[in-house]
Amino acid sequence: MSPSMSITRALREAGFAGLVAAGLAFPILTLGTEMDQSNRLVLEQRWSWMAIAAALVFVGRFLVLAFARKPARAAPHTGARVLSPALAAALPRAGVIALFLFPMVMLFWLGPQGSLKWINNYGVQILIYVMLGWGLNIVVGLAGLLDLGYVAFYAVGAYTYALLSTHFGLSFWICLPLAGLMAASWGAMLGFPVLRLRGDYLAIVTLAFGEIVSAVLTNWTDFSNGKAGIMSIPRITFFGLPFNANENGFAATFGLEFQAIHRTIFLFYLILALALITHVVTLRLRALPVGRAWEALREDEIACRSLGINTVNTKLTAFALGAMFAGFAGSFFAVRQGFVNPDSFTFMESATILAIVVLGGMGSQLGVALAAVVMVGGTEVLRELTFLKQIFGSSFDPSLYRMLLFGLAMVVMMIWRPRGLISSREPSVFLSQKKNVSGALVQEGHG
Amino acid sequence: MTARALSSPLLTIEHLTMRFGGLTAVNDVSFTVGRGDITALIGPNGAGKTTLFNCITGFYKPAQGRLALAREGLAQAENVDALTKSGRRHNGVIYLLERMPDFEITRDAHVARTFQNIRLFSGMTVLENLVVAQHNILMRASGLSLLGLVGWPSFRAAEKAAIEKASFWLDKIGLMDRADDPAGALPYGAQRRLEIARAMCTDPVLLCLDEPAAGLNPRESAELNDLLLSIRAELGTSILLIEHDMSVVMKISDHVVVLDYGKLIADGTPDDIRNDPRVIAAYLGVEDTDEAAEVLA
Repeated sequence: MSPSMSITRALREAGFAGLVAAGLAFPILTLGTEMDQSNRLVLEQRWSWMAIAAALVFVGRFLVLAFARKPARAAPHTGARVLSPALAAALPRAGVIALFLFPMVMLFWLGPQGSLKWINNYGVQILIYVMLGWGLNIVVGLAGLLDLGYVAFYAVGAYTYALLSTHFGLSFWICLPLAGLMAASWGAMLGFPVLRLRGDYLAIVTLAFGEIVSAVLTNWTDFSNGKAGIMSIPRITFFGLPFNANENGFAATFGLEFQAIHRTIFLFYLILALALITHVVTLRLRALPVGRAWEALREDEIACRSLGINTVNTKLTAFALGAMFAGFAGSFFAVRQGFVNPDSFTFMESATILAIVVLGGMGSQLGVALAAVVMVGGTEVLRELTFLKQIFGSSFDPSLYRMLLFGLAMVVMMIWRPRGLISSREPSVFLSQKKNVSGALVQEGHG
Repeated sequence: MTARALSSPLLTIEHLTMRFGGLTAVNDVSFTVGRGDITALIGPNGAGKTTLFNCITGFYKPAQGRLALAREGLAQAENVDALTKSGRRHNGVIYLLERMPDFEITRDAHVARTFQNIRLFSGMTVLENLVVAQHNILMRASGLSLLGLVGWPSFRAAEKAAIEKASFWLDKIGLMDRADDPAGALPYGAQRRLEIARAMCTDPVLLCLDEPAAGLNPRESAELNDLLLSIRAELGTSILLIEHDMSVVMKISDHVVVLDYGKLIADGTPDDIRNDPRVIAAYLGVEDTDEAAEVLA
């Protein structure tokens, strides 16, 4: 593949992009208001910022146009291959083994204090989003129903555990399936009225549903204790053995020295198990008639109905199952934090999970997992970049640039992999040879 | 009306009317589809053929009329009337299609259809397209997914049978070597054949084809004729088709129904239709027998 454009043409187009950036930056970056000493707002002009933004866009656009290779547009009849088949088969297995070893390796390497951050902030946090991404992948990636209120089911799961454990003293192991059931029935309840809607209309209603759940949790103080949230939710136990320094605690029972990290490691394995269950169930369902019907629904709903497929039931199962996994993840969230309030379940969370599914490549399990690592791990890495304070001054907080990272990831994806990290689709059944379907042929669903 | 349509009716359409606001697309149409017949529905553009199809397959709810399908045996008029009065959708033998939602018409009454603009699952493989069509059988075998989830033997057997049936159809439409390719990557003629095979995988008693020969070259068109005739001969499936290609209509159909401006203007054997002055007028606007005879030849 040759450079896609001559240098002069690239310069011209990049110049145009730079002008557009300058135009956009003028009201946002150039004009700023600042409080002066007598508390008056003064208009400040920062022409250098605009120049920097325009220059960055110019250089970036020029490099892309002049030197980047065109995105590989696979011919429709060849299966687009991202990875070699052997690697594609080995990667998930190696990943699972690495995840199983991860806490132990960290513990031996960094000790109980140093490894806490890695197991908790990176391990558990990323795995929660992997699980949520896989759950939403059923609804958006397989069934092609755009759900912008997925976090509502996460909230239902979290509050189910929080309320049942604090009011009725039910243990986590009883609440976990209940939270899944509860979320699934809410999924079906949302499903019923919105099944007639498609595309943008479905997206708007699911968005509203997410907001309603969050508004109810905020305002129905008698039920959910409002903004203050529910505190002192019982912590996780090792199947009944509490993680504490008492003599009937986990450490004493197994003859270990008590350490706070035990609980974190247990939480890590718990979310790993939950995520893997989500994965295995999704994989198996994909090869069952219901999973094939989801994908057929994404491809063409009218054709589905002409083949005698009850599209109402098919959509409902997708909604309910996706919601169920969010419910499991929600109750895990509650038991991990020990505290829930509506702030954890904002639209931003739904958007993050949806971004993970879209960036990963809709329908691809591996792609979603990779995208979760990039998106969630990326924001955690930003916290680590403390050396940037030496460059930009001590008030510089790199973790505030999270959104910039999101935006950048989206732009990069749009240019190089418009169908997500892994855009090819693996067939659920084959006659003689399994050939992946190029993403160019796969439909994205109409909602 | 042909002999079989009279003696052994499969689908009886009575006073079917469909309105879109002020426009009457199908106006009081009655005719019979004979069991084992290939019935062609012809007429100029905008005559209401596809609308009639959409009424039969449940995609539209007709404003008036009765669509009684007798899956087996004869539909005695008094039985149909009794079912109509009872308010039920079917009695296991007779199905009142106008009361049923689209997917039930395929699932329970076993009426399958194809579309004027091909509607394959383009991102799924050819084999997957044929397996999805067997959804209801497989769904039952998978115990609403629960047995399937644990890999129950009876489900495995059902799945194997489904793949065998798909292979049978792949062989029949000559796409065996492309089974694992995406349906969207097939050439146009093959997509047409695949859509017919996919509809046949639902085990229909009546196969409704909306312009199956559209866009086909003469050779493909002849292959389509052979395919349709063999479907009828080997499986006994009755076929109702909309077609503009008279080489298909006149060669293979037993019974031709002509619509114009939503009204039925002729109903008979291909020979009757060829010489019907009203059909000739509808096709050419004037009664120019020579030219019309060419078109309908």
